[in-house]
Amino acid sequence: MTTDTAVSTPDLAGDSLAREAWRRLRQNQAATLSLVLLALTTLACVIGPWLTPWGLDEVDWNAFLTAPSLADGHYAGTDANGRDLLTRVLHGGRVSLSVALVATLVSLLIGVLYGAVAGFLGGRVDNLMMRFVDIMYSLPFMFLVILLMVVFGRNILLIYAAIGAVEWLDMSRIVRGQVLALKRREFVEAAHALGVRGHKIVTRHLIPNAIGPVIVYVTLTVPKVILLESFLSFLGLGVQEPLTSWGVLISEGKDMMETAPWMLLVPSVFLALTLLCLNFLGDGLRDALDPKTR
Amino acid sequence: MQQPLLEFDRLRVDFSLPGGTVTAVRDISFTVHEGETLALVGESGSGKSVSSTAAMGLLPDLARPSGAIRWHGGEGDEDLLTVAPGRLRRLRGNEISMIFQEPMTSLNPLHRVGRQIVEVLAKHTSLRGQAARARALELLEQVGIPEPARRIDSYPHELSGGQRQRVMIAMALACEPKLLIADEPTTALDVTVQAQILTLLEDLKQRYGMAILFITHDLGIVRHFADRVCVMRQGELVESGETAALFAAPRHDYTRMLIDAEPRGRKAPVAEDAPLLLEARDLRVRFPLGKRLFRPMEVFEAVRGIDLSIRRGQTVGIVGESGSGKSTLGRALLRLLESQGDIRFDDTALDGLDSTAMRPLRSRMQVVFQDPFGSLSPRMTVGEIIGEGLRVHAPALGRRERDARVQEALRDVALDPAMRRRYPHEFSGGQRQRIAIARALVLKPEFLLLDEPTSALDRSVQATVIALLRDLQARHGLTYLFISHDLAVVRALADSVVVMKDGAVIEQGDTETLFQAPREAYTRELMRAAFLDGEAA
Repeated sequence: MTTDTAVSTPDLAGDSLAREAWRRLRQNQAATLSLVLLALTTLACVIGPWLTPWGLDEVDWNAFLTAPSLADGHYAGTDANGRDLLTRVLHGGRVSLSVALVATLVSLLIGVLYGAVAGFLGGRVDNLMMRFVDIMYSLPFMFLVILLMVVFGRNILLIYAAIGAVEWLDMSRIVRGQVLALKRREFVEAAHALGVRGHKIVTRHLIPNAIGPVIVYVTLTVPKVILLESFLSFLGLGVQEPLTSWGVLISEGKDMMETAPWMLLVPSVFLALTLLCLNFLGDGLRDALDPKTR
Repeated sequence: MQQPLLEFDRLRVDFSLPGGTVTAVRDISFTVHEGETLALVGESGSGKSVSSTAAMGLLPDLARPSGAIRWHGGEGDEDLLTVAPGRLRRLRGNEISMIFQEPMTSLNPLHRVGRQIVEVLAKHTSLRGQAARARALELLEQVGIPEPARRIDSYPHELSGGQRQRVMIAMALACEPKLLIADEPTTALDVTVQAQILTLLEDLKQRYGMAILFITHDLGIVRHFADRVCVMRQGELVESGETAALFAAPRHDYTRMLIDAEPRGRKAPVAEDAPLLLEARDLRVRFPLGKRLFRPMEVFEAVRGIDLSIRRGQTVGIVGESGSGKSTLGRALLRLLESQGDIRFDDTALDGLDSTAMRPLRSRMQVVFQDPFGSLSPRMTVGEIIGEGLRVHAPALGRRERDARVQEALRDVALDPAMRRRYPHEFSGGQRQRIAIARALVLKPEFLLLDEPTSALDRSVQATVIALLRDLQARHGLTYLFISHDLAVVRALADSVVVMKDGAVIEQGDTETLFQAPREAYTRELMRAAFLDGEAA
C-alpha cells in the first residue's frame, strides 16, 4: 500500500516530483517512523511464521489458554486450542495486509483512471460510465460474493476479487468530482491550446492535481477493507480454519475477553498500530506530493 | 477643519506565524475627519486592508496589533483595539459599517435580500416587523435598485453584481453610520457599474454626512472620488495629502511610480499592405442550455456573427464588459470552443479541422490567460510547464536541447533561467504571468491571444508586463489579439479596437479615431466610466 502510491507517481508527473516528494517525506518524522514500523510489521508477517517455534495449527497439549510468557516459547500466549497466538497473528497479518494491498491497488488503478476519464470526457460518455458505477453500487455486496462462490467455488482469491470489485467505485466518484472541477482551470485549457493529447492531459495535469483527496481516501480504504474481510470470514465466506486473519482473531478474542485478554489485545495492537501508521504516512505523502508545503 | 472621527495612532500589526513574525502594518498614523472621503491606496500586500479590518476589530487570531485606533464619534475617545467586545459590536454597524470587494460572497445565498437588511435593522435599531420592512424598502430605493418592491423578495443569485453591491451598501447604511469603510467595493464590477456605484456612494455621503474610508488600488477612482489620499507600501505610510495636490506634485518616488504606472504610449502602426494573418467571417458560438424531452433544445448564443480580420504584426484590442462574449470569441478563434462560421489562419481554413489536424497549427497560435494563479499547474516545475509544448511540437528534441530552449524562453521574458526548477507557487503574480508568456513563446508562435493578461496584476507590475509584451512584439514580429476590459491598456497597446456587447460588435475601428471620436453611445459610456475623458493622450 505504501509502495504503490510512490511507484505510480513517476509516470504521472515526471520523476523529479517523485524524488522531491521522497526527500520531503523523509523530513517528516512521523511519516518516516510510520514507514519504518509498517515495513517491520510487513517483514514480520512475511518471515515471522517460519521463525516462531510453533506452527500455525500445531497444538501444544501442555498449554491451553496460557498467558504470554518467555519461558515456554509462547511469547503472546495461546488460544483455547493450545495454538501459539504470535504465530497465528503473524499468519493472519499475511492475509489482512495482502487483502488491504490488493484491494487498495485495485481501487487506485481502476478507480482513479475510470473517474479521471469519465470526468475528462464528460457528456454522454461520462453519463454512461457513471450509470455503470451506479448499477454496481446497487448490487448487494453479499449477493455478489455468494454469486462468485457459486460460480468459482470457495477460494481465498475470491475475497480479493469481490472486495476489489466494490472498492474502486467510491474512488472513481471522488476522482471524477475532482477532475470535473480541475478541467475548467486555465492550466488545462492552456494544455489544450498547446495541442497536448487527451491522455497526456489526464495523466500529467488532471491526476497529479487530484492526488490529495485520493491519498486521504486510500488511508480510509485500508481499514475498511481489513474489517470487510473479517466480516466475510465471520460469515464463513472468507478465510477458513486453520487459516486466519487479524479480523478473525479479534472477533475470537472478543469472546474470550474476560478469561484471556491477550487473545484480544495482541491482534488488536497489531491492527491498530498498522492503521495508525497508515494514517500518518498518508498525511505525510499528501504533504510531500504537494509542492506548496515545502 | 472638520472634527477628527477616526484616528490611527502608530498602528502596528504583527502576525505571529510558525515561520516567525511578519509585520503587515508598521506604525502608521492618519486621521479620517467627519464627512470626508479618505482614500487608502496601495498595491497588494501593502497592508491597507489589514489596517481597516483592525479598525473593525475583525483581525484574525494570529494578529498582534499595537498602537491605537481612536474613535472620536462617541462620548469621549475610545481605543478600538482595547474597547470591550460588546461595545465594539454596537459600534460596528451603528457607527462604523463596512462593504467588501466581493458582493457575491458577502450575502447569504439562502435568504432573501429584504430579510438580510431587516436582520441588520433588528440588531441595531428598535424597528421591527412591518416598520423594519418599510425601512428596508426605503433603503433599497435609496441605493437605486430598480423595482425595489419586487427585489426586496429576491434571492442574491437573482441580482446582478452591481445590484448585490447596492444591497450591501443598503445594509451598511441601515443605521446611518458616521463612517463607511469601503474595501475595494468596485473592483469586482464592470466599469460602467463601477461608475454608478461610485456616484451612488458620493450621493449618499452628501445625504447622510458620513465619512468614507475608501480602500483601493485604482488611482483613477481615487483621483475622481477622494478628498484626501494616503499611499501605503509594504505596511508603511509613504505619503498623504489633498488629492489634487498629491497628483499634481507627488513627493515620494513610490507615489510618482504609481501615478506613472498608468499605461502610456501608443503602438506604431503596421504597413498598410501587411498580409492578413487571422480572419473570421460570421463567427457564432452557441451553448446549449439543457435539453428537455419533446422540446427543441434551448440555446444561448454567446457570440453572434462576428467578422474580424487581423494583419501580421497588428494588435487588435477587444473591449467589453463581463458577459460580452469577448473571451468566448478568443477561445473560438483558437478552436478551443466549437463554433460556426469561417476562420482562416494564414492560408489554412481552421473551421472543420479536428484536434489532430489542428495540432501542427497550435504551435503557431498561442494563448496567455488572465489568472496567473490558475493558468500554471501547481504540481509541475516551471521548466516542465514551459517545456511541455516542446514535447508535443518538437518531440525529436533531446532533454538537453529542450532545456536550452526553456532557458532561452525564460530569458526572453526577463526571468532568471535558474528558476526553471522551482514551482509556480513560489512566484509573484507578475512573475507567473511572465512564465505563462514564456510557455507560449517557447514554441515561437506567430499569433498570441492575450486574454486579460494584466487584469489580475497590480498597476506597477502591469506596466512592466505591458512593456514586456511590446518588446516581444517588436523583437519577434508577433501578432496580438488583446482582450481586456481596461480601456487604458488597450489604448496603449492596440492598432485597432473592437467594442463588444452581448456577443455582438458595437463599434470597431482604428484605436485613436475610436478613442477620440466614439460613434456609439455605449462606447462613450464605457470611456466616461473609465475616466478616460479629458486625460492627456
